[in-house]
Amino acid sequence: MYNTNYHRASSVKDAVATMGKSDDGKFVSGGQTLIPTMKQRLAAPSDLIDLRHVDSMKGIAVKGNQVTIGAGTTHAEVNASKELRKACPSICDLAGHIGDPHVRNMGTIGGSIANNDPAADYPAAMMALGAQIVTDKRTIDADDFFTGMFDTALEEDEIITSVTFTAPAKGAYSKFPNPASRYAMAGVFVSQGDSGVRVAVTGAGSDGVFRHGEMEAALASNWDSSAIAECNIDADDLLSDLHGDNSYRANLVKVMAKRAVEAAG
Amino acid sequence: MASISMTVNGKTVGGEVEDRTLLVEFIRENLRLTGTHVGCDTSQCGACVVHVDGKAVKSCTTLAAQANGCEITTIEGLASDDLHPMQQAFKDNHGLQCGFCTPGMIMAATDMVNRLGKNLDEKTIRAELEGNICRCTGYHNIVKSIQDGASKM
Repeated sequence: MYNTNYHRASSVKDAVATMGKSDDGKFVSGGQTLIPTMKQRLAAPSDLIDLRHVDSMKGIAVKGNQVTIGAGTTHAEVNASKELRKACPSICDLAGHIGDPHVRNMGTIGGSIANNDPAADYPAAMMALGAQIVTDKRTIDADDFFTGMFDTALEEDEIITSVTFTAPAKGAYSKFPNPASRYAMAGVFVSQGDSGVRVAVTGAGSDGVFRHGEMEAALASNWDSSAIAECNIDADDLLSDLHGDNSYRANLVKVMAKRAVEAAG
Repeated sequence: MASISMTVNGKTVGGEVEDRTLLVEFIRENLRLTGTHVGCDTSQCGACVVHVDGKAVKSCTTLAAQANGCEITTIEGLASDDLHPMQQAFKDNHGLQCGFCTPGMIMAATDMVNRLGKNLDEKTIRAELEGNICRCTGYHNIVKSIQDGASKM
């Protein structure tokens, strides 16, 4: 790892001010992606601004079916929250399958979303739940937030403070993890609620997470896994790599979508 | 340079380290507590697992500065006069061969019991060991050891 300057932020304001003074700073939360990337020298920020001790960014609030999750909330906390499980079990289950138990104790929902890894799980949840990403400057719809592989609508000094969404009547996430890395080779989150049916796919898209309109329309008219049997998953838009080519992934997307619908009930 | 201070196995320790120093480097090289191992150095194998404020984390994927002010427990901090029940269970059940992964396995196992209780079935233990790799045993006796150790904790 190249050397860096570590700063522990006490508040969002403090973090933004520190970022303003840095040459090429980066915010770090759990660091479960950023630190390995720095160790490989694929990233070399001049400054690391630690958000993990900003209390206002932590915690889960559930009011009826309205859910707010602080950006600094760890995957383990999302997984273990009884209150959240009552309102939206699908996101708890998703969080419980990210990485491994030790990674889940450090990694945070805000960090995962800000990084927008094309194989990360949370971006699919945000899209399928129609979540709003709340930053220190504005509120962004998930549909507008994820702008491509490792790319988001965030400005350099903008910090996600929380995410909010309405818990859907039904929802589930199903993923096919790569057997070695455990990252999703295809992961599909489906939801059915007041705002209709949403189907979001991660791990497979060559431009990161995406919604699949045809599967959404098919499931809106018939909420049953058989409804998507005839849907066309365009392999041209999907990743091909040593783990699987795009036609394989296209099939995985459909299989994961069917499993998710069946799990959602 | 970062000036850090933390409690490791009940003792207050500190030092001046480069900001990029990993927690595992601080533990092994500054504190000379070499029970915590570096296996893969890429966040996969779990040989470096320690408890930070009571939670299992990979110390090769955490900066020492991130753990400033925290309470750390390493494998050296588990036993009192006798071995910790989980350590004893690994001994009794032949839960290791070369032993390299064992400190991480035991720290992961005690964290598992802290979170999920003493009654752990085989399926749960295998799923919870997702972040710990053993290249010798085939995991069978590790699972047996954890089940045994958990019941005695």
